Amino acid sequence: MVTGVSRDAGARCARRLADDPSIGTVLGIDVVPPRAELGRVRFVRADIRNPVIAKVIAAEGVDTVVHTGVVATPGSAGGRSSMKEINVIGTMQLLAACQKAPGVAKLVVKSSTTVYGAGPRDPAMFTEEMAPRAIAQTGLSKDAVEVEGYVRGFARRRPDVCVTTLRMANWIGPKTDSPMTRYFGLPVVPTVFGYDARLQFLHEDDGIEAIHHATVNEIPGTFNLAGDGVLALSQAIRRLGRPVVRLPSFTASSTAAAVRRARLADFSPDQITFLTYGRVVDTTRMRSDFGFEPQFTTAEAFEEFRQSLGPGAATQVTSLLTSGLGAFRG
Amino acid sequence: MADAEVIPIGSGGRPGRGSGRRTTPSAAARALAGPGNGKPKKPKVKTADSKASGTSGTDETVTQLPSDAVSGARVTEDGSTRSSSTRTESRGPDLGALAGLAGLDFAALEKAARDLFGADGERRIAEWFAFLRRRLTGEYEVDEFGFDSDLTDQILLPLLRPLAEKWFRVEVRGVENIPETGSALIVANHSGTMPLDGLITQLIVADHTNRPLRTLAADLVFRTPFVGEWSRKGGATLANNDDAERLLRQGNLVGVWPEGFKGLGKPFSERYKLQRFGRGGFVSAAMRTGVPIVPCSIVGAEEIYPLVGNLSSLARLMGVPYVPVTPFFPLLGPLGLIPLPSKWLIEFGEPIRTDEFPDGAADDPMLVFNVTDQVRETIQQTLYTLLVQRRSVFF
Repeated sequence: MVTGVSRDAGARCARRLADDPSIGTVLGIDVVPPRAELGRVRFVRADIRNPVIAKVIAAEGVDTVVHTGVVATPGSAGGRSSMKEINVIGTMQLLAACQKAPGVAKLVVKSSTTVYGAGPRDPAMFTEEMAPRAIAQTGLSKDAVEVEGYVRGFARRRPDVCVTTLRMANWIGPKTDSPMTRYFGLPVVPTVFGYDARLQFLHEDDGIEAIHHATVNEIPGTFNLAGDGVLALSQAIRRLGRPVVRLPSFTASSTAAAVRRARLADFSPDQITFLTYGRVVDTTRMRSDFGFEPQFTTAEAFEEFRQSLGPGAATQVTSLLTSGLGAFRG
Repeated sequence: MADAEVIPIGSGGRPGRGSGRRTTPSAAARALAGPGNGKPKKPKVKTADSKASGTSGTDETVTQLPSDAVSGARVTEDGSTRSSSTRTESRGPDLGALAGLAGLDFAALEKAARDLFGADGERRIAEWFAFLRRRLTGEYEVDEFGFDSDLTDQILLPLLRPLAEKWFRVEVRGVENIPETGSALIVANHSGTMPLDGLITQLIVADHTNRPLRTLAADLVFRTPFVGEWSRKGGATLANNDDAERLLRQGNLVGVWPEGFKGLGKPFSERYKLQRFGRGGFVSAAMRTGVPIVPCSIVGAEEIYPLVGNLSSLARLMGVPYVPVTPFFPLLGPLGLIPLPSKWLIEFGEPIRTDEFPDGAADDPMLVFNVTDQVRETIQQTLYTLLVQRRSVFF
């Protein structure tokens, strides 16, 4: 059973799992019908915030639950309070239902590296054991921390269930639509004056493969997943060839609000601190224990994304300039 | 495009004017073939050159921009003397360079560059433009700590070099104590109100060993705009055990100033008296990774900004450990920010090995404190010796 299939990531995960012949039936669960083609996935319209989910699990004899239903964008969920409702209450209900269902043997949770927060006191790289030093009081970051808390509680109460938590770096790729891809898609990219965040990305295909890998294998634990290497924010924007406007930090939230009102991208405060200080996670255990090798490094994933985005204004200006000078030279 | 590709200047274009026809070099170029002196405006043209030769999309768009090119060519066709003479009125002696610019005379420019910068000047300029292009396109590597070796080698260290060599006239001793391969933890005394000693040590180590020194800095550094950004790019990371051990395991030279703000912001009257060495975290990090500790004594940094007072209430308001008062600082305004040109001596002492301690030594606080004291005593004694050897503060 896969939750959150109305959104692209969930739908693609479900499709990927359905394509695997070793997996019998794949159930897709969401409140709204998915826009994307689901293929062999059987869609069940149910709300994970509602106890009815327990009946679905019992009736269908679900043995593996893949929870991808954590929403990152308040806009798509219909506001921040609704987003929190889906993320936190939805997870609670889902886990409560799983706890009651004796048939459930495996739980895979798609979490995110935002559980580490972002701040000036952060170590250069987070390992799975490290506690966050600075955590935002709102937004996805807090939701993810609470979701993981409930997942840990569930793992304690049902030690027979194999619980895998995947802390994924920001997904990026041609098909991903997230605050981060929207942000890099802005015609002029605003950044915080005087700071340069270190970023890690995970290619969307790798993300889906990792969820599949966790579903078909028995690997309990919490794992950081990210592509190799690091990009500095300024470097990433230069690679995109987009003009950048560096704004002082006190204007960041009003800029984010303006961007939100213009419906260009959807920013929460924890994403602003992320774009200020950045965050890098240690992926040693992804290889050693989880046994997963991403196909794309951070830079390669970003390159794929860049190609889907088209050239930025700065690239166009330079190419115009070089061709002009080329003509000038003869 | 390849990273450190060196593009020879002018090799992509024919000598002569930019009209697109095969012509003989212009009169100006021939004039320049003599004693060429043309320094201004050259870089601009070179950028164009290096960029143009590196861009693949030149061909399609060439036809779109004829007006500029044609007008430029027309002027020079009539005779470059006229076109340049109109401009020479404003700037007399640079006739050659201006003519070169008008007609884009690459052969002349090449020669001028060679005259100006010597035999390998051309290579140096080409390298510099390759660097500039890497920066503009983002084609450089940043490691997971945010260390940007490209930027550090090309910009940060060259900016510091004159400060170290000309202003502080740093004298270095015991460089052989820094291991040539493998990691080491360089532990030094901290002083001077502003952490210039850290930057200078970083430069000295980079210049003498050809290896970057990765420094450990307080979280205040990373909270401060610009300072944090540039420190990360320069190889600094947060001073905590996780980062220190990670750097040491990767085989880096790591520099640490365990006194921290206590050493940095101590009054001038207490100069060269070492403060408490933190909580000995650096020793346990070295023990866990088994790397040697190289004590480093820095003389001279105490005198760059003699701290005679501290505006403590203002400091509390700003959330910084201290707001310094030096004989010149708030008094002369920004002029007071110029460090005094004291004479610096830096000595690297004999490495203290930590790989012979038994397992679990890092968790034995008594042993850690003993080693910390040993390092501290070594540095203190070396400081006294160096102070005796220094003839005066400024010479």
